[in-house]
Amino acid sequence: MSPPIAPVGWSRWLVPPAALSVHLSIGQAYAWSVFKPPLEDALGLSGTQSALPFQLGIVMLGLSAAFGGTLVERRGPRWAMTVALVCFSSGFLLSALGAATQQFWLIVLGYGFVGGIGLGIGYISPVSTLIKWFPDRPGMATGIAIMGFGGGALIASPWSAQMLESFGSDSKGIALAFLVHGLSYAVFMLLGVLLVRVPRPRTEQQRADGGPATAAGPQVSARQALRTPQFWLLWVVLCMNVTAGIGILEKAAPMITDFFADTSTPVSVTAAAGFVALLSAANMAGRIGWSSTSDLIGRKNIYRLYLGAGTLMYALIALVGDSSKPLFVLCALVILSFYGGGFATIPAYLKDLFGTYQVGAIHGRLLTAWSTAGVLGPLIVNWIADRQEEAGKDGADLYGTSLLIMMGLLVIGFVANELVRPVHPSHHLGAVTAQKGAPDVRQQQAESA
Amino acid sequence: MSDSSRQSPPDASTGKDPRPLIAFTWLWVGAPLAYGLYELIRKATQLFTG
Repeated sequence: MSPPIAPVGWSRWLVPPAALSVHLSIGQAYAWSVFKPPLEDALGLSGTQSALPFQLGIVMLGLSAAFGGTLVERRGPRWAMTVALVCFSSGFLLSALGAATQQFWLIVLGYGFVGGIGLGIGYISPVSTLIKWFPDRPGMATGIAIMGFGGGALIASPWSAQMLESFGSDSKGIALAFLVHGLSYAVFMLLGVLLVRVPRPRTEQQRADGGPATAAGPQVSARQALRTPQFWLLWVVLCMNVTAGIGILEKAAPMITDFFADTSTPVSVTAAAGFVALLSAANMAGRIGWSSTSDLIGRKNIYRLYLGAGTLMYALIALVGDSSKPLFVLCALVILSFYGGGFATIPAYLKDLFGTYQVGAIHGRLLTAWSTAGVLGPLIVNWIADRQEEAGKDGADLYGTSLLIMMGLLVIGFVANELVRPVHPSHHLGAVTAQKGAPDVRQQQAESA
Repeated sequence: MSDSSRQSPPDASTGKDPRPLIAFTWLWVGAPLAYGLYELIRKATQLFTG
């Protein structure tokens, strides 16, 4: 399947909806918890077992994004979106079969393994295309798509819950819900497959419609990017930023309850759920808002804000968080907006440093930082909270050490961001291929444009 | 989307205006997202009322 080239007159504003149709679908992964209690009751599973399909899905997301990135760049976005559609939807269909026949391993294989490949390939599928269509506003363009991943859970969570209520939460009801999910997402994602186009070669495009100037700057291959300190510095930046955000996100409900347990205004379970929902909104708003802002103030400056102001927000929570509920909520919202912004801005940062040549593949490799943070963040907060509880502490004291560690991690990320410099020309595509004796550098660059 | 006309004038060869397709595709993704946001806001207000 060759990458579909846009005809003359094709609007670049058709590309973000194509990307959103994929990201809004695969973002369902974060709403997996809706299926956990019914599955546990219907198939007699423990909480750990019912989390397996999601956990395997996230592992497969990281692996397929890291190892499939180069293939995505070579085959193009339509191929990648088709793979994502087939894998994600057939993952649900396999799960439906698993639920109907009460074979849990089929649900793990379907949703976790097959569906997880769809998550990873789908996540990176539109990134490089969006950056090529919006060289003037790459932060905004990738922000829209990555906001969709957050939005996917917002849609799926109430939708799946309503479906289980209608079909019933026994194994047949769950099977039917999985079936409807698989078919609906296939139809929804089809829009992206049909709609996505890569821009015409720049000189031709510019002649045809007076589009924005070609993105100038370095072009670095995914393989070569791994050999640069810039890649690993950004890996640290993303990992630290995400770890700090997940630290709050993971324990949001018990955290706000514990912080104000001994005050005159304790937080009820319902209010804590509202707080979690508000954090999701901040996460989404940060993805589009901060990422778009980075187009104006620059990528390095926006990460200074995420990491520097993020440290300050954590310090405020640690020092005076339990004295004012509005202050606690405000700081948590800002931290979560930085968390989302960090995710959404990283593709544009990569584009600035490594060019558009294989930015999707480089982004895929960098997402291993997300997987690492996904383990680190909850581990730190939960482990320390448990130890503090064993030591007889309660309320806000349970989280003091965790907050300090999060601040430390953000400072490490801040330093890593400060160390980022432009990539040395010896890593650029022309220099590397010249060293290897490859004569046709210009053709490679033209193909990648 | 103010610069979409600059970026993509109607196709001179077919005379097709891309705006209806743009509106349809944004509605396609915008409608479910609006539903998700509505449900989110409903839940988030519980922080102040719950």
